[in-house]
Amino acid sequence: MRYLHIENARLIDPSQNLDQVTDVYIAEGRIHAIGHKPATGGIEHSIDASGLLLVPGLIDLGAHLAEPGFTHKGSIASETRAACASGFTHVCALPDTKPVADSPAVIQLIQEKAAKAGFAKVLPLGALTQGLGGEQLASMFSLREAGCVALSNARAPFKDSYVLRRVMEYAATYDIPVFLNPDDAALSDAGCMHEGPTATRLGLTGIPQTAETIALAQMLLLIEQTGVRAHISQISCARSVRMLAQAREQGIRVSADTPLANLIYTDEAVTGYNSQFNVQPPLRSESDRRALLAAVNAGELAISSNHRPHEVAAKKAPFADAEPGMSIFDGFLPLALQLVERGELELAALIRATSTLPATVLGQNQSLSEGNWFNAALINPDAGQSFRRSTLLSKGRNSPVAGKTLKGAVNAVFIDGRKVFG
Amino acid sequence: MHLPDIEHTCTELGQRLAAYLEQNNIEQPLLVGIRTGGVWIAERLQQQLQTEDGVSSLDISFYRDDFTRHGLHPQVKGSELPDSIEDRHIILIDDVVMSGRTIRAAMNELFDYGRPASISLVCLLDIGRRELPIQPDLCGVRLELEEGQLVKLSGPVPLELSLS
Amino acid sequence: MTTDPSQLQLTADGRLKHFLTTEGLSRELLTEILDTADSFISTQERDVKKVPLLRGKTVVNLFFENSTRTRSTFELAAKRLSADILNLDIAKSATAKGETLMDTLWNLEAMYSDMFVVRHADSGAAHFIAEHVTPNVAIINAGDGRHAHPTQAMLDMLTIRRHQGAIEGKIVAIVGDILHSRVARSQIHALRTLGAAEIRVIGPGTLLPRDIEALGCKAYYRMEDGLKDCDVIIMLRLQKERMQNALLPSESEFFKLYGLTEEKLTYAKPDAIVMHPGPINRGVEIESNVADGPQSVILNQVSYGIAVRMAVMAMAMSGQQQERNELAEQHNEPGQEEA
Repeated sequence: MRYLHIENARLIDPSQNLDQVTDVYIAEGRIHAIGHKPATGGIEHSIDASGLLLVPGLIDLGAHLAEPGFTHKGSIASETRAACASGFTHVCALPDTKPVADSPAVIQLIQEKAAKAGFAKVLPLGALTQGLGGEQLASMFSLREAGCVALSNARAPFKDSYVLRRVMEYAATYDIPVFLNPDDAALSDAGCMHEGPTATRLGLTGIPQTAETIALAQMLLLIEQTGVRAHISQISCARSVRMLAQAREQGIRVSADTPLANLIYTDEAVTGYNSQFNVQPPLRSESDRRALLAAVNAGELAISSNHRPHEVAAKKAPFADAEPGMSIFDGFLPLALQLVERGELELAALIRATSTLPATVLGQNQSLSEGNWFNAALINPDAGQSFRRSTLLSKGRNSPVAGKTLKGAVNAVFIDGRKVFG
Repeated sequence: MHLPDIEHTCTELGQRLAAYLEQNNIEQPLLVGIRTGGVWIAERLQQQLQTEDGVSSLDISFYRDDFTRHGLHPQVKGSELPDSIEDRHIILIDDVVMSGRTIRAAMNELFDYGRPASISLVCLLDIGRRELPIQPDLCGVRLELEEGQLVKLSGPVPLELSLS
Repeated sequence: MTTDPSQLQLTADGRLKHFLTTEGLSRELLTEILDTADSFISTQERDVKKVPLLRGKTVVNLFFENSTRTRSTFELAAKRLSADILNLDIAKSATAKGETLMDTLWNLEAMYSDMFVVRHADSGAAHFIAEHVTPNVAIINAGDGRHAHPTQAMLDMLTIRRHQGAIEGKIVAIVGDILHSRVARSQIHALRTLGAAEIRVIGPGTLLPRDIEALGCKAYYRMEDGLKDCDVIIMLRLQKERMQNALLPSESEFFKLYGLTEEKLTYAKPDAIVMHPGPINRGVEIESNVADGPQSVILNQVSYGIAVRMAVMAMAMSGQQQERNELAEQHNEPGQEEA
């Protein structure tokens, strides 16, 4: 047997409480040995990983890949490649494509495009309701069979709590995991940013925290009642963190994630009407940001990308008219490492929130342990990266890092032992 | 360069203005000073001549022809003129006449207030360098300055001249 | 790249080059606007009301939201500055689909205008246009969404200064629909900068934005408390659609609680002045005999509107002109920067 030998890497794997400098030997896509050279076989190729981090591949619980339907914003190939640039090996694709991912045919198309591109693996999230209309159930079982890891309605609202209840009941019947975005459409209607002093000053319609927490309360009660396997996508409020903790104390099995942007920015970033910061869920207050960070550090909350690429024109409009979303894949890793450098986020917590927890949510094993598929990223935390709009891998021009130089770059990404990036 | 004594020049200018008014049969002149220096000189002359109506002031900020070059003066004070200048004999007073552009602007503005019977121009100093066909009817002192030199009046009390 | 709105409107040496918001402008600059407006009031009292200041300049009234009143005062102000004026009423629908705001701007740039007076339903629209338009076109905000209506606020400041002597030390109450009011926001910033002793907003909880006190004012729910010892009462206009959005039960209940009557007026100081940006809904915001009474300065506000607009147009054009000249100088003297 011939091995890929990764030498002197700092291996961090929170699933095993591992953080040590060691050697890893990979053959036939799997990890054969960690630390000691296997007794048989020779080294085919060696990578000197001194000073580099070797982490389990990042798994994104929610990204908009823009294909099918919005190829002027991005394609599965361009966006999954950008995801690799931040160490992602898997990306859950949200169903708000055109056509909506509510039929096995669309799921198949997405899978084919992703396989052809050969970058990060795409894990499709099928729609919970037909056309994301929030009224009629999508063919959930068929979607699951077609390869959806879970189903979601993205941020599209359900018509009422009756529909939400039936959606959960039906999914629970076949043990289909559901991803739910808590957002009370009537309360967030016409809002384009966090309701707070900045919104009042700028005269922009705010989205109150209760738009999220009221919807979350309703979801938690129905999750408890229906017993559905549920994950709460993209929370933004401190209160939601507490509500989730209380629900878990009461024995409700529920996981959650927050977009990276909500850990970095607050509503004050909107001052100056920078449409770059028109995002859903909205950037909240500093106390919300701190509570989300605390939950991530405590291992209660995963981090998703909420990546959403846009062409220049989509953002070139007065703030409320600009399309919401941020193209964050290119800068995801360096931005997250900035939080680590500032002492706001522990490195192990970052890896746990972007790899270990998402893997658990999806029922995958992403651990870097002997016998497992080698899904990993090799990261140079000190390498500077200069981001220019013209050289971004994402087709989206709405990147928060364009024009900036940040520390942290991915040297290589491996999926099932194959180097797909770097 | 020797600058003239301002008190002496003003007194003499006042005497010549009195004679000028008599000579031209102007009984009720309206003294109009151009802001800021012209108003000070006008007030000084008014004290001496004791004309009725006091001194009116003209702020030519909105009439300048150099807006495209220098923009709006940051301290616009506005003009203060009597309700009507119709058929009045106006004595327009400025501290220094140079290009003549200020006087052109001042006359344009006056005509937006009404149709005066006549306008006469009185200046404390004339430093030449004219760019428009405008000449003062009475002038305190003519100065020949070196190229690039300017003269500035500060006031209102005491009135002082300085070169820059 | 996005700039803070308060900085975007100033030249490098702190002069006005756009007028987007009263927020963040210095007391000196706001006072300069009022002083300049005062000078224009005197020119408005002459037979010939026009001054030649902006002769040869082209001003475009770019109204994405209908407002004949505001548009007319800007038109008159531009004409009295001797500028050429072009009125463009662009219904929102035309820009909403197909033609974007950017397309509209590119088309207008081809007309070589010097100034856009912008009214738009989106907060931040004037700021957006100022950021994206070619350099040296001055943008005057004639109202953007709920954000700002700085010329209206400045004419209100001028009204207060002329009728109460000063703004410093005065207690000012703003009454009614604060939530949707761009005028109120601009007034609050200007009043604070110009040294008002107290700024109060009075209205029901549904019409006071959350966190309004963060802007530096105090919220009151009852007229009796809010009007106590006031020097200035500013009544805001109430839009009919507030009833449909579950913000208010009825006009009559609003009038009962917040309508300015002679009785409620007695809560304020005896010499308090009453203001309203117009047009008035009599019997909704204000009783007729108060609107027409001795303490009302509503009609004066209208006449000051032209002078204030002339002042900011002249000042912003002047700031643009300076930048233009500096730019030209830099082009004429290459190598200066290296030295």
